Amino acid sequence: MIRPESLLCPKPQGLYCAPGDFFIDPVSPVTRAVITHGHADHARAGHGTVIATPETLAIMAERYGQDFAGSTQPLAYGQSVVRDGVEVSLVPAGHVLGSAQAVVRWKGLTMVVSGDYKRRRDPTCPAFEPVPCDVFISEATFGLPVFRHPDDGHEIARLLRSVAQFPERSHIVGAYALGKAQRVIRLLREAGWDQPIYVHGALERLNRLYEAHGIDLGPLEPATSATKQDFAGAIVIAPPSALADRWSRRFPDPVAAFASGWMQVRARARQRGVELPLVISDHADWDELIATVDEIRPGELWITHGREEALARWAELHGIKARALALVGYDDEAED
Amino acid sequence: MRAFAELLDRLSLTGSRNAKLTLVRDYLAQTPDPDRGWALAALTGDLSFNAAKPAFIRKAVEERMDPTLFRWSYDYVGDLAETVALVWPSRPGANREPELSEVIDALRGASRTEVQRLIEAWLDSLETTGRWALLKLMTGGLRVGVSSRLAKQAAADLGGVQVAEVEEVWHALHPPYEDLFAWLEGRSDRPSANSPGRFRPVMLAQALDEAVDFGKLDPADYAAEWKWDGIRVQAVNEGGLRRLYTRNGDDISRTFPDVLEALEFDGAIDGELLVMRDGALASFADLQQRLNRKSVDAKLLMNFPAAIRAYDLLSEAGEDTRVLSFAERRVRLEAFVGRLKTSRIDLSPMQPFATWAELAALRGEPPPGDAQIAEGLMLKRWDSIYEAGRPKGPWFKWKRDPFLIDAVLMYAQRGHGKRSSFYSDYTFGVWTEGEDGARALTPVGKAYFGFTDEELKQIDKFVRDNTVDRYGPVRAVRADIHHGLVFEVAFEGLQRSTRHKSGVAMRFPRISRIRWDKPAGEADELRSLERMLEQMEGR
Repeated sequence: MIRPESLLCPKPQGLYCAPGDFFIDPVSPVTRAVITHGHADHARAGHGTVIATPETLAIMAERYGQDFAGSTQPLAYGQSVVRDGVEVSLVPAGHVLGSAQAVVRWKGLTMVVSGDYKRRRDPTCPAFEPVPCDVFISEATFGLPVFRHPDDGHEIARLLRSVAQFPERSHIVGAYALGKAQRVIRLLREAGWDQPIYVHGALERLNRLYEAHGIDLGPLEPATSATKQDFAGAIVIAPPSALADRWSRRFPDPVAAFASGWMQVRARARQRGVELPLVISDHADWDELIATVDEIRPGELWITHGREEALARWAELHGIKARALALVGYDDEAED
Repeated sequence: MRAFAELLDRLSLTGSRNAKLTLVRDYLAQTPDPDRGWALAALTGDLSFNAAKPAFIRKAVEERMDPTLFRWSYDYVGDLAETVALVWPSRPGANREPELSEVIDALRGASRTEVQRLIEAWLDSLETTGRWALLKLMTGGLRVGVSSRLAKQAAADLGGVQVAEVEEVWHALHPPYEDLFAWLEGRSDRPSANSPGRFRPVMLAQALDEAVDFGKLDPADYAAEWKWDGIRVQAVNEGGLRRLYTRNGDDISRTFPDVLEALEFDGAIDGELLVMRDGALASFADLQQRLNRKSVDAKLLMNFPAAIRAYDLLSEAGEDTRVLSFAERRVRLEAFVGRLKTSRIDLSPMQPFATWAELAALRGEPPPGDAQIAEGLMLKRWDSIYEAGRPKGPWFKWKRDPFLIDAVLMYAQRGHGKRSSFYSDYTFGVWTEGEDGARALTPVGKAYFGFTDEELKQIDKFVRDNTVDRYGPVRAVRADIHHGLVFEVAFEGLQRSTRHKSGVAMRFPRISRIRWDKPAGEADELRSLERMLEQMEGR
């Protein structure tokens, strides 16, 4: 049997496939890159050739401009590409629009790089598909037993209850511009909120891109379109950094909400001055991580980034060989 | 239990008083009896349990999960109740969630061992927030930033009544307060307030506006006395039941056993709690040594002897004297205090005066002795009854003019809640001689109010435009002889401090004016503060 390290091994730039000569989610420019999804810490500009889902390529073009790479090779879910005997295919990861796991096969060996993923339903992207493999390479952003995300419908209901309870205030929901913002908007629509949702300028282009991919976000208005009193009772979506920014002063006595898995921990919410933490995450929580490992039952579990030690310990306790890669450059402290 | 848990969860992250009132009021309106009554009791601190020690809870969770994973989790979160609430590995097939009243009933009735058996089943059936609330409730101390006064205010808002009316009956009621809610919702009359040892809501004074009020008021209608610088208390002994309450009705009897022992009377008096040595007042700093302590030892009692300076009589031998005029109450109070054989209760003396000018002179130049550390004067209408709340007209407080200095803004910190986008908390300093002999600023205090919203915007802009360094939420602001922002800072007093590098600490500092016009180099010197301190100590 071939050692998995001869197919994929960690390098300073990211995971490297020597027989196929490509990197997966490299953090600095390389000749050939497979990109799992469009978040900035995984998808960087300046690579020679980029292989990714058409959605991810569209997101990268939107963020970095059309010339973000020398050339691109779209690979739809389920399709595969073979080079020097290495087969690469992309399978839904359920993280954000276009997000994929990279399945790498070579000489009978199958390795799956999860990228970032979650297991629960997301109205803006197809669900994670488990792939049987020899080595499962998982993220572990929320790899501690304290991270157990509640049902997102429950969190949206809390937001709507607060809006009803404080009709004179506006609610600003901090949400990461790619994925989280659109998911929160979709969830609000599903919960029956049909009024215009006000959005920060930084979200507009990605909102349009999601809509172009068939995700109906309902009536959106720029957050500059009304006077202060008109924002009473309104829901505003903004990047998390805008919550404590001067920008937020245009709203009447705003309730600072923040949609993030980190909001599970009260001290985190307090630190950021968040009054209404919404535990809505695009990453797998602890229960999803261990259920996924248990379901796939890989020969080996490798952990790319996050809280590797706890997940590694859990795997060892359950008889699965685990290895922490401690890859650097992925922001597990980012806005989720 | 779920509604109560979500209430605690929201309260713990809500800063604004109004928002907290809305949250509690809505909860009380939407939750049926008896749950809401138990919740109210938990919020007012009238209900607390010590049913489970942290060690027990920790053991319970470690029996269910890998102790190493638990330890890492606890290290990350830092709070035991929160960690256990988050990690608790529920066993399938749990019962339905318990109602708050079921939990309370069990906690009140069951033995400790029985409760410990129940805990696991409860934790299994609740979701995260519910588990967190349950653990908070069981280990004592909710600590969600709600005072008992605020909880009572929310109940009063529910019924559209004054909070004083709720306070009046409060100590005659018992959780779950079904009679209170019946009254607040208009389903029955106000419950009887008759309960020995109860608290009576206090009468408060309006601040005097010299320019307006003196033109309208006749000096002959008013009595004057010093406004003492301690904390307002109500001391009660009825039928042998002794209680010492703060002005909000919080029972602080246990913290002041020395005072409690001195309550050898039958009635209720209103007065100031102070530290007194041989009949002379000590500073507020001395009293602070005695406040907010759970236990007191003999040394503390000896070094900081507490006493009451009485200024009103609310009840005597079962008679409610609050309906009498102040003049009548004063005569009764003098006789009442005169009969006491303790040095721990004395009388706040009246200050006779004929004209407002005469009184102003007294306030400006207090005579030697205790009056020197009074906060100012109180004016009370001779014919006024004792009316709960802050009625307009019968009582005025006329505070001494504050001390003023000009100081330079040195650091600014981001505010909270509404002010989180503003640099609104300011550290300011005065000039002193640095080690190298050059003039340097030394911080002397911090203030975060005293300015208007418009001024806040201007200061915020100044801070952003003049930042020289950043430390997390704090910005260091350019402040040197040639450039800086001068604040006129008002404060009530000075104390020596070993915690501040400058050696002085201000009491109640606030920004009184922003001196955009004043060059930073002309702000005050530390020497002037030291001189003020010497004067205060030398009186």
